[in-house]
Amino acid sequence: MKSAIVILAGLCAATVQAATPADLLTGYHTAAAQQTAGFQPSAQRGAAFHTRNFGVSAKLASCASCHTDNPAQAGRHVVTDKPIKPLAPAANAERLTDPAKVEKWFKRNCTEVVGRECSAAEKADYIAYVTGGR
Amino acid sequence: MKRVLLFVALLPLAAYADDLRPLHAAPPAFQAECGSCHVAFPPQLMIADDWRRVMSSLDKHYGDNAGLDEKTRQTLEDFHVRHAGGRKVGAGRTAQAGEPPRLTQTDWFQREHRKVSRTDWTHEKVKTPANCAACHTKAAEGSYREREIVMPDGRRWKD
Ligand code: HEC
Ligand code: HEC
Ligand code: HEC
Repeated sequence: MKSAIVILAGLCAATVQAATPADLLTGYHTAAAQQTAGFQPSAQRGAAFHTRNFGVSAKLASCASCHTDNPAQAGRHVVTDKPIKPLAPAANAERLTDPAKVEKWFKRNCTEVVGRECSAAEKADYIAYVTGGR
Repeated sequence: MKRVLLFVALLPLAAYADDLRPLHAAPPAFQAECGSCHVAFPPQLMIADDWRRVMSSLDKHYGDNAGLDEKTRQTLEDFHVRHAGGRKVGAGRTAQAGEPPRLTQTDWFQREHRKVSRTDWTHEKVKTPANCAACHTKAAEGSYREREIVMPDGRRWKD
């Protein structure tokens, strides 16, 4: 548990250091495995999470509300209509390369859509899904 | 003579939009943070007190969560307050109880947009008056010149 915190803290602190989407996945994977032994990230669970209507906010019902059903596609902010570049690194190389930025948006988007912060396991699943991986 | 006086009286308002040129001294976080969910609104368009209210409640931001770490928040609050508008802009009204004041609800904004019709505001491409880029084609770069305005139905703006 302690090392999970160290890894996550390391992730958050590494603002200047660039990371790869694979580094991020490893970080969340390790953190989640410390909480649940044998945890394996699942792109399928991530996909279900992405489109699930959490019923917390009428306008911001799901991640797909702004990011569309397909993370490789550009989205739009449902309230302001501002275009949002695709989340998938395959379509937008800037994505999932700045751990502090990723943590910031997980925190914002999870609290408004899910009604709480996301767990390391949910984040690992989500990154596995968005990177189109395993 | 009367003509000249009238002209002079109109000058301050006309010149105002020119003051809205993008602020080159803006900290990088201005675009990166305040320009991620909507265009980064010109700080000149709200008064300092209103910006303080916006910047002290970012985690409850008009129904969204725009929360920031304290250091960045303070940098951006200072920036907005430093470039805030004055009496000409006026205080913004609140659209919903508990919300910070709105930039689109100042006397200045309402006056400047009084000729914009209901049909234009409710056009499906607009969604909200805060969607400046729906009409101001260079809003993302902080530019609001009249010749850059294209209304949502595609027509150029003619006064
Ligand atoms: C209200 C609209 C909205 C909703 C709903 C939303 N997001 Fe986002 N999300 C954004 C915006 C805006 C950005 C920043 C876009 C940018 O940097 O261009 C973003 C960025 C992100 C990023 C950062 C990626 C990177 O490396 O740049 C992640 C991860 C993310 N969102 C995940 C989620 C998840 C998970 C959900 C559902 C729990 C979700 N989003 C729901 C608007 C939204
Ligand atoms: C996570 C997304 C997000 C971020 C980041 C964000 N905003 Fe907003 N902002 C919104 C939404 C959503 C609205 C409401 C738009 C509406 O209802 O029309 C809004 C509205 C506003 C308004 C009122 C506009 C009006 O309707 O008159 C101001 C002023 C504002 N934001 C300033 C800021 C500033 C300053 C920052 C940077 C510190 C910022 N915003 C960052 C999402 C965001
Ligand atoms: C529905 C279209 C529309 C939207 C949305 C809109 N505007 Fe405008 N705006 C106009 C029009 C049209 C004018 C010119 C009005 C006139 O000349 O009478 C104007 C004028 C202005 C001017 C003065 C420009 C000049 O040179 O005189 C500024 C500044 C401005 N708008 C800022 C904003 C900001 C900031 C937003 C978003 C918060 C916004 N507008 C949203 C249509 C719009």
